[in-house]
Amino acid sequence: MQGILKKISQINFGLLSPENIRKMSVTKIVTPDTYDEDGYPIEAGLMDPRLGVIDPGLRCRSCGSKGGDCQGHFGHINLARPVIHVGFADTIHKILRSTCSSCGRVLLTESEIIDYKDKLDAKYKNEESITALIKEIYTVARRDKCPHCDEEQEEVKIDKPVSIVEGNYKLTSSEVRERLEKIEEDDYILIGINPVVAKPEWMVLTVLPVPPVTVRPSITLETGERSEDDLTHKLVDILRINQRLKENMEAGAPQLIVEDLWELLQYHVTTYFDNEASGVPPARHRSGRPLKTLAQRLKGKEGRFRSNLSGKRVNFSARTVISPDPNISINEVGVPEMIAREVTVPVYVTDWNIEDMRKHIENGPKIHPGANYVIRPDDRKIRVYEETKDSILEKLEPGYVVERHLMDGDIVLFNRQPSLHRMSMMAHEVKVLPYKTFRLNLCVCPPYNADFDGDEMNMHVFQTEESRAEAKSLMRVQEHILSPRFGGPIIGGIHDHISGAYLLTREGSVFEEDHVLQMLKKARLPLPKRKNEGWTGKEVFSLLLPDDLNMVYRAEICRKCDECLRQDCKNDAYVVIEDGQLKTGAIDEKAYGAFSGKILDSIVKDYGTDKAREFLDSATKLAISGIMKRGFTTSTADEEIPREAKDRIEELLSMAELKVEQLIDAYHNDELEALPGRSLRETLEMKIMQVLGEARDKSGEIAESYFGMDNHAVIMALTGARGSMLNLTQIAACVGQQSVRGGRIERGYSKRTLPHFKEGELGAKASGFVHSSYKKGLDPLEFFFHAMGGREGLVDTAIRTAQSGYMQRRLVNALQDLSVQPDGTVRDNRGIVIQSKYGEDGVDPAKSDYGKVADIDRMIEEMRIKSKAAK
Amino acid sequence: MKKDILKHKLVPEHAILSKTEANKVIKQLNIHQEQLPKIKVDDPVVKEIDAKSGDILKITRRSHTAGKFITYRLVL
Repeated sequence: MQGILKKISQINFGLLSPENIRKMSVTKIVTPDTYDEDGYPIEAGLMDPRLGVIDPGLRCRSCGSKGGDCQGHFGHINLARPVIHVGFADTIHKILRSTCSSCGRVLLTESEIIDYKDKLDAKYKNEESITALIKEIYTVARRDKCPHCDEEQEEVKIDKPVSIVEGNYKLTSSEVRERLEKIEEDDYILIGINPVVAKPEWMVLTVLPVPPVTVRPSITLETGERSEDDLTHKLVDILRINQRLKENMEAGAPQLIVEDLWELLQYHVTTYFDNEASGVPPARHRSGRPLKTLAQRLKGKEGRFRSNLSGKRVNFSARTVISPDPNISINEVGVPEMIAREVTVPVYVTDWNIEDMRKHIENGPKIHPGANYVIRPDDRKIRVYEETKDSILEKLEPGYVVERHLMDGDIVLFNRQPSLHRMSMMAHEVKVLPYKTFRLNLCVCPPYNADFDGDEMNMHVFQTEESRAEAKSLMRVQEHILSPRFGGPIIGGIHDHISGAYLLTREGSVFEEDHVLQMLKKARLPLPKRKNEGWTGKEVFSLLLPDDLNMVYRAEICRKCDECLRQDCKNDAYVVIEDGQLKTGAIDEKAYGAFSGKILDSIVKDYGTDKAREFLDSATKLAISGIMKRGFTTSTADEEIPREAKDRIEELLSMAELKVEQLIDAYHNDELEALPGRSLRETLEMKIMQVLGEARDKSGEIAESYFGMDNHAVIMALTGARGSMLNLTQIAACVGQQSVRGGRIERGYSKRTLPHFKEGELGAKASGFVHSSYKKGLDPLEFFFHAMGGREGLVDTAIRTAQSGYMQRRLVNALQDLSVQPDGTVRDNRGIVIQSKYGEDGVDPAKSDYGKVADIDRMIEEMRIKSKAAK
Repeated sequence: MKKDILKHKLVPEHAILSKTEANKVIKQLNIHQEQLPKIKVDDPVVKEIDAKSGDILKITRRSHTAGKFITYRLVL
């Protein structure tokens, strides 16, 4: 297929005139019926064969081309009485309001007319928008008296959706049309109508175009029953009423009946155009479902524009549930064999690969590394069947294209919605695996924001060498370890990778050599030379680090002591790496976790993405084999605290509640002093919140003091693997204050939250302070307050996602054509400069050091270690 | 009371470029004059410094990323 390229220089929008509608029509439609008893379309009916064909076998009665090639032809309905087009009702109202009811001139004085015409001409010449000027004319031309014929003007109102009311009299559509006809052509320009393409009276319909059958195809159900399109149903209604109206008028029926039918015709034509027009009850299908008429086909997310033109369904794609596989590389994706057999890669047959391609065809479409189609040099596509494959093999020669199954090593695009940033679509290498889910490495969960509670993802197969090459160099997972959002790694270890590495590398973690070799073997890493003595975990981890890596940083487990003991840190939180040897400090989230991994960050920046991928793959595998060697589990037993701790917490909380009571008493006795800028009540609230907040924190601290680093839940919280200390203390000690709208809970019954309290009660318990711990259990009142706070959280997230989604859409639509040019400027598609240097500093945030060009302090520190090590 | 808007802390420094300077900027950016970012003649600062339509302004402003940034605008 050869397309014709032409540049559009101009688009004109105008109205269809009745003559034009009749001219483009192939037939007048009269009968409201579609098919006769034998199932043949009725002539002059809505399925008239001249309106086009859908069946591929038949030929069109109008143009003679076969079904599929014929786009169809319009028909027309002569309306017995004119009807207002809903889409133009507002415009008609505005025009009638600013024109004279008797002479039809615009309600502007002669001098104003000349003045505005000059202004409009100037705008036309400069190709500027005239909308603002037209709007101005409409406001100026609202006079009580016509400047041309001195006729008094009554107020013209619009009664949604289509009734035009003058004073107290409702104008009929015929009268509206007559008024519009009266407007002189010289005045058209003043009311914003281009006389070349439109006349105002065409906004009142006398003829209705009937779209071709290709626009409203009927569906044959399995039962053999015919089901018509919604548009056809609507047109049947219009025809029926039109017919009745005509008959009644010819029979000289009373005015009242004619007017009723006319109104009904207006209703049907209105809903035919827009079934969601305000003020009209939507027309419904027999089943009660509102009909999908013309406007509904175009509008909104499911409409033609957003659903079929801005976005389309594609071939060579697959979608299924995802599940984790810690054994594949971050660059890979596990593809079920079932999918690999269905989506294909086109391969040009050459002298060098013809043998391989033969094997694929021999395997056929059913055995895995097979082929589904062969494309001959004359562009004919032939499906490979068991029966036909021998004849295809005979003819196969260079120049053919074989659509072979997806195989290990192919590059595919992998995506999870919502695609909010560029890491939502990355290129992976295929690994064909058994079973029916896509498999992905756990490190790529953060960029996709994926988990395995039923998430599904999409895969697309590249169809050209160019796209494959581009994807491989730009879109591969390893190229996206660093995020342009904050200039640090977004791909990295999560959960057990973190706690595993910590357990392996923390102080005092020593392994027998045999165990070390077992772990390394299990992680499929190269085995080091035996040294016939025990290994520390730090030594094992150092095997993965580049030999010349030097760095210092404080680990996640750092307690932020007042005075830092540096290398002598008793938490082992001061990490020093000298020449690729982990000297002090434990590995945790700050080392190679997603969002914050410093070692990972520096490996990507200094050693490149290949090295970083290797490091991440082996470090995660080592951490997993390490954690499996030791064993790791958690349960509520981890949040158990001794009796004395419970007693201390109990005492602390009752003290706090007493303090709150005292504050309330002080408030009631007017002894409380207001804070600057606050009312007395606000001051009380703040003080209570402060006291209760402190109580929660203190009780947490008490609980914390009984937790040690031998506690798995604590290890997870402190290393950053999962959960936080707050989570743990809420389980062990005290849940704390529940809040709605940022304050203590006040809503519910009048002057109290629940009927269990006195009116006006302000105490801790009465406003949602949860004294119990999750482990102990909440009492019914606490449970209810907790549910209130929890519900607010859920509602907020739901609203936030909806709002930020819409904001994202608008932002993307506004910025989609901007690009950075080779000279460093940011320009739009017309070449207009938006920024003369990208980001004003020309720095690519993905290649920057957390947004800065470089971290000088860190560089100096590393140099220091390096020189010290050299000495 | 009329305030000198040019002295306001949120108003960056605007300067009108001479013909030769303007040509140099255009050449340096390798663009047509119309491809520059625009500023309206009725912009308060443009009125204040009395720039004419067709002038190119050099605006020196503070920047989060670069500290100081110079941008050019064509007066419409």
